[in-house]
Amino acid sequence: MRGSGTLRHFSTQLAVIGSGIAGFAASIFALNRKIAVAQVGNTGALAYTTGYLDLIGRRDGASVADPWQALASLRELEPKHPLCRVNAADIGQAFTEFTDFLGACGLAYSAPGTGNITALTPAGTLKQTLCVPATMAAGPRALAANAPCVIVDFKGLKGFSGAELAANLRARWPQLTTQRIGFPGMARGEIYPEVMARALEVAATREQLAAALNAIAGSAKLIGVPAILGMHRPDQVRAELERLTGREIFEIPTMPPSVPGIRLRELMQQVLPQQGVSLIPQQRVTALSFEGDGATLALCDAFGPIRVHAQAVILATGRFLSGGLEAHAAGIREHLLDLPVTQPAGRSDWYRARYTDWRGHPINRAGIEVDDSFRPLTGTGRCHHERLFAAGVILAHQDWIRGRSGAGIAIATAFKAVTEAERFLAGRQAAFPGTPPAQCH
Amino acid sequence: MSSDASTLETEVLIIGGGVTGAGVMRDLALRGIHSLLIDKRDLCAGASGGNHGLLHSGARYVSTDPDAAIECRKENALLKRLAPQCIETAGGLFVAVEGDDPQFADRFPALCRHAGIECEELAPAEARRLEPVLSEKLFKAYRVPDATIDPFHLAMLNVDHARLLNGSFYRPHTELLRFEIAAGEIRAAICHDHLHQRQLTIRARQFVNAGGAWAMNIARLAGCTDVHLLYSKGTILVSNDRLAQRVINRLRPPGDGDILVPGGTVSLLGTTSTRVEDLEQLAPTAEEIDRNIREGAAMIPALAGARYIRAFSRVRPLLQTSGTTDRAATRGFALLDHASQGMDNFCTITGGKLTTFRLMAEKAVDLVARRLGNDRAGLTATLPLPDDAASSWADPAAAQKRWHHDRDPDDMILCECEMVPQSAIEQVFANSPDIEKERTIELIALRTRAGKGPCQGSFCGIRIGSYLYDSGYYRDATGLAHMRDFLDERFKGQRSVIWGPQAAQMELAEALHCGLLGLDTLEDE
Repeated sequence: MRGSGTLRHFSTQLAVIGSGIAGFAASIFALNRKIAVAQVGNTGALAYTTGYLDLIGRRDGASVADPWQALASLRELEPKHPLCRVNAADIGQAFTEFTDFLGACGLAYSAPGTGNITALTPAGTLKQTLCVPATMAAGPRALAANAPCVIVDFKGLKGFSGAELAANLRARWPQLTTQRIGFPGMARGEIYPEVMARALEVAATREQLAAALNAIAGSAKLIGVPAILGMHRPDQVRAELERLTGREIFEIPTMPPSVPGIRLRELMQQVLPQQGVSLIPQQRVTALSFEGDGATLALCDAFGPIRVHAQAVILATGRFLSGGLEAHAAGIREHLLDLPVTQPAGRSDWYRARYTDWRGHPINRAGIEVDDSFRPLTGTGRCHHERLFAAGVILAHQDWIRGRSGAGIAIATAFKAVTEAERFLAGRQAAFPGTPPAQCH
Repeated sequence: MSSDASTLETEVLIIGGGVTGAGVMRDLALRGIHSLLIDKRDLCAGASGGNHGLLHSGARYVSTDPDAAIECRKENALLKRLAPQCIETAGGLFVAVEGDDPQFADRFPALCRHAGIECEELAPAEARRLEPVLSEKLFKAYRVPDATIDPFHLAMLNVDHARLLNGSFYRPHTELLRFEIAAGEIRAAICHDHLHQRQLTIRARQFVNAGGAWAMNIARLAGCTDVHLLYSKGTILVSNDRLAQRVINRLRPPGDGDILVPGGTVSLLGTTSTRVEDLEQLAPTAEEIDRNIREGAAMIPALAGARYIRAFSRVRPLLQTSGTTDRAATRGFALLDHASQGMDNFCTITGGKLTTFRLMAEKAVDLVARRLGNDRAGLTATLPLPDDAASSWADPAAAQKRWHHDRDPDDMILCECEMVPQSAIEQVFANSPDIEKERTIELIALRTRAGKGPCQGSFCGIRIGSYLYDSGYYRDATGLAHMRDFLDERFKGQRSVIWGPQAAQMELAEALHCGLLGLDTLEDE
């Protein structure tokens, strides 16, 4: 029975709480710095990512072509924005380390560039993003070149319409057409991206799909498909389909939960433990306490209670969807430590009247406060504990949705939080009598 | 009917597509009179669609308005027999909890008896056995024949029946601007057609004002100053789950948060009552929401922690009488023939309530028919309301039943919360030839259950849009604008109850609609 087994203890240098992009990025950065790391937290929300890694895609209701320039303007106008606490060089290195790690694990990404990529969405709208999975890279290139291209959608796959993409892109991309085909072996009824992706790991399915694609592609040298090109080896699945069809093939994100998000989740869950991360992915931390010599996380898994003892902790528990923040009728609270949350004065002020207001809703800027070392602050402006750091969209003063900056905030702040935690841990290890502990303002 | 698209002719123009207007349309058709029904928005956009969906037994009004109570009792019995497809005979309880006036509770059975309403006392333990959500502090309970009624389904069936009987027809999004009046007669109504952005002239022999809360404004357009309404704003919450099987009323004089009504898979809690001057731009306030929940929780403690998916506010049109509070104001209706205003082809029917819509329509049509020299008697008190396949998509239970019985695997379910498939959309349009050319997602959602479940259209709004692109209806960015408008409209009902799990739902929805699809940036694309 859950929780009835013997209490087990783990010790680690760094504990990461949260398994979204921020949590996984923190573990990757810790691994790269040879810091022993344990990561805990439900990974559900990761499946909602599209696969694109945005840095800053929009500012003040306008599309952003150069996120680095936008960052400079952000520093002037919104100095409390979490991205303003990380310098541009560090943000660039953070994206490079993150995408390199994914590439080394078999999920290739474009490297962060000097400008944004104009990427496709399933609605046929366009979105500015910094890095895209290799499986999606040909789409933006084809759009930019107005290359003859056919978008293929599938009978039985809801919410992905080639006609919709073509209708909305036609003005910019006159050479775009669309075709609907049946997916091999799934002729009747509803079909799901995840099932299609897993089916494409099988050679025979790829051959049948390639034949079906060849039958309709005509003179188009490029084929766009929903994101279904395999779950664990998408780059190989795509390469083989390209070989079989003699055409370039690219993926377009689908509605969540989507294959690119599930790929990231499954990859992380497989690779991180192999590389030495103690990953406890499906459990929530129920308590976090600090003692003189470290922090203790309390949680339970199927075998009973667990205590994780850590020298430092990164809180990357996300917002409402992941449970880091809770919206109560009486106000917004931080779930684990009840850290003070900067928020609008009352519930009536959380949302604007219009849902799609480009200015975004005030509730989206609610969150916890940190200092320049990404240590959360108490109500009096002091840091909560020298061992506690925070990263990701739980931080206040940002609207990652309107800013198209979710991955950027997650990756950049995780990088900085790990850097600061490393500095703290190094100070501890090198400590000799008379040395003060790491600073905590 | 004229072939000129900008001028229409009919015998009777009905202004206002609430249940009363729809009922007038059917009643007229049953007497062989052709009509055109218009609404500046769409069916049941006012109080008809913004209430509990309660088919009153009448017990609610026994202490404040015995005449209205008797009317309700009669109509309740009649509609249960004639329109069972729109009604769930859920039954109702009146319960008193600690702090409520025991004398009022004791007088209640006699008041019901006086109005002819069945009322059976239940032991508190028996009441709590029937509805385990009831408070332990319950000390008195009575059973009455309350029921629930779906006003959307009801309005659609009335409109459809009229169309089938004699080609009477309904035009949504057609707003009355002014009347052309000559020699004490309205000659035509000049309207704006919001769907096609053009002016429309409608000629008729008789004009019926079924404008509900807007009736006073409409009457004034005809120069009539004899309609006196008070506007009472009511706020209702919709819970994610159905919390009780029966209608549960607080056994005390009508007050805030004292009725919980089941509606298919959800429950509706309300209402508050606040005098307002403005009929537009009504939104629930946090204070009204909290008050409803606080009051409701005294009767049903689970309401305090329940998950709510929507809240809405509408205006009840109350007939003005001097010196009474809004709660005590008459819930009866008024038919004004405007003869004293020098008009003999214009009448106004307003006030009243959902339960008495049929009677209100009948009284209005008696007058109109007489004025037209038609002496046929009304049939709506004896003739059952026919069913039809398309409008039953508005029935909360029908979609699920159909899914189990005759599902074609290729007929994709577009709204997964309410099991609305592609074919429902085709059926809705096949049955509404007048709106065939204007397939907004909002129009579809009103005529099916799409978007009414826990996700509130987050996913199905997008899927229906994609389906309409697939079927060739949308060929440019209009579909995206319609998706955005639909989501903006659904949000109005969600905005005041976004806390707890709804905040997580909203974060996901925004990430999808704005973060990925960019529906917040359509202007600059």
